[in-house]
Amino acid sequence: MSSPTATARAAGAPAAAPARRSGPSARAARPGRRRSSLAGLWFVLPFAALFAVFLVWPVLAGLWASFTDRSLASPGAEFVGLANWREMLGDSAVWQSLWTTLVFTAISTPPLVAIALAMALLTNRAAAGLGWFLRLSYFAPFLLPVAVVALIWEWMYQPGFGMVNGLLTAAGLAEVAWLTDENTVLAAIAVTTVWWTVGFNFLLYLAALQGIPAYVYEAAALDGAGAWQRFLRITLPLLRRTTGLIVLLQIVASLKLFDQAYIMTNGSGGPGYAARPAIGYIFEAGFTGLRIGYASAISYLLFAVIAVVSLVQFRLFSRKGETA
Amino acid sequence: MSAAIRTPRPPAAPGRPAPAAARPRRLPRPTPGGVLAAVLGVFLAVVWLMPLVWAVLTSLKPEAETTAVPLRWLPLEPTFAAYQAVIERGDLQRWLLNSVVVSVLVTALTLVVCVLAAYACSKTEFPGRSWLFALFVAGILVPPQALIVPLFDQMSVLGMVDTYWGVALPQVVAPVMVFILKRFFDAIPRDYEEAARLDGAGHLRVLWSVVVPMSGPVLAAVGIFTFVQAWNNFLWPFVATADPALMTVPVGLGTVQGSYGIQYAQEMAAAVLGALPLIAVFLLFQRHVVRGVTDAGLK
Repeated sequence: MSSPTATARAAGAPAAAPARRSGPSARAARPGRRRSSLAGLWFVLPFAALFAVFLVWPVLAGLWASFTDRSLASPGAEFVGLANWREMLGDSAVWQSLWTTLVFTAISTPPLVAIALAMALLTNRAAAGLGWFLRLSYFAPFLLPVAVVALIWEWMYQPGFGMVNGLLTAAGLAEVAWLTDENTVLAAIAVTTVWWTVGFNFLLYLAALQGIPAYVYEAAALDGAGAWQRFLRITLPLLRRTTGLIVLLQIVASLKLFDQAYIMTNGSGGPGYAARPAIGYIFEAGFTGLRIGYASAISYLLFAVIAVVSLVQFRLFSRKGETA
Repeated sequence: MSAAIRTPRPPAAPGRPAPAAARPRRLPRPTPGGVLAAVLGVFLAVVWLMPLVWAVLTSLKPEAETTAVPLRWLPLEPTFAAYQAVIERGDLQRWLLNSVVVSVLVTALTLVVCVLAAYACSKTEFPGRSWLFALFVAGILVPPQALIVPLFDQMSVLGMVDTYWGVALPQVVAPVMVFILKRFFDAIPRDYEEAARLDGAGHLRVLWSVVVPMSGPVLAAVGIFTFVQAWNNFLWPFVATADPALMTVPVGLGTVQGSYGIQYAQEMAAAVLGALPLIAVFLLFQRHVVRGVTDAGLK
């Protein structure tokens, strides 16, 4: 059974061997000559211990805390049943912050996918001498710490001497109070986020594009397919799996919005809390309001949203994502 | 830079022509489409670089010039005064040191702990192996950001708030890395490992002398991504440290802005200095990053 794998390895494609994707069945297919031993247990122990202490335990403790009035200010805690959950359902700030998160996800994801694809297509077509310049320019912002990104963009959004408004006035348009207007603050943060993180998606798309063999296009060109046809009929379908992965990673990342929104509004949540995402509200309830129990309940609401979105997407894309 | 994106290894289709290798040999024939793509590509690149250029130019201005209306791109009197002021203040050096300590700690521990766990799940049998691995995979679904409050609560119980360990250890729990590494280890044929075992090598020996040398790119990728993530992490270090002496670069720059007043040149100088280490790391290891992305099957 090991010989096909060895061939794949010799062909230089360790990551592409399809048999490996189905973990349990591949394992079952191997002859079970390996003796069960405790050695593996020792190897897995350090990670398992950290996993238990810093992941499993907080997950369970948070669930328990959500049924108590536990506070950061006092040691004791009393069981309050569903009080936190009931309060949460009636707390408009919870729903506003969740709505803000969803709006941010909805406005940031499409450009983060489309611009990344455009960048990858342009780089893939570019003459060899230009490629490195495009790769560096598109990817560089991704390397910046969030605080640096936030500093640069806060500065660019400044009225009067900021670059964005400078360009607007140069074009004869009116200035916009980007970060201090309820209607623009979330969009301004979304633009910053797109600029900052699109490079990673670009890299994934570029790697996928370079994996498409040229003969596929040559064959299509012989059949008389134009550039647009080739893009629609070949490139897009072959990129479907990559697109699925990018969309999934992107939506989950956007649902966890906090850092840039917090820094760019100086922790205020923005005018009218228009830029306070779900994690922003959890942070406030827990660390400013000191209510661990209540913050935990909201955490679980967000956790549930993220888990449901991931699972739905995973099913959607694993069903039709067999190509490429 | 020209080798930044390595051609991904061909998906198992032996004997097919290697297009990317053949392309540079062909003389570039400028087609209208190619020219248009180049123009658009460069335009987009300029747009993407503009904020960075703007930040660097601002950092080179005397403070009085930074708020001039209408705005002016080039500094009239370029000066390193802002950099000097930031360096003399000393905060940034402290934050950089903290970031190095935390990121190196997180990266080293993640590599050791996750490689051991992935090896155990891939190459050994022990009671409960499959359910334990399933639990790890389920852990990928848990968003650490959403659990920030219970996690902090846990850390205060353990007395780890305001310590390097408190900042670093929760970041070491990266089930996705175990998953990626296990998938890679699974692809290593058993023959190698069995030959070593017949020669009397123990598991640690097999891991170190057989599996690790065959996993260079994926280990580099896991290491670099962990480092970048730890370096750029904001929320957890922000929550886990109240002591300014323990702040990392993102936390320091993100929260102590007030101490710079409205000295934009200094803010931008601090931003540029804070971004440099990671850009240097990336330039050093960029080949591995891109190859690792491909090899890790993220493509």
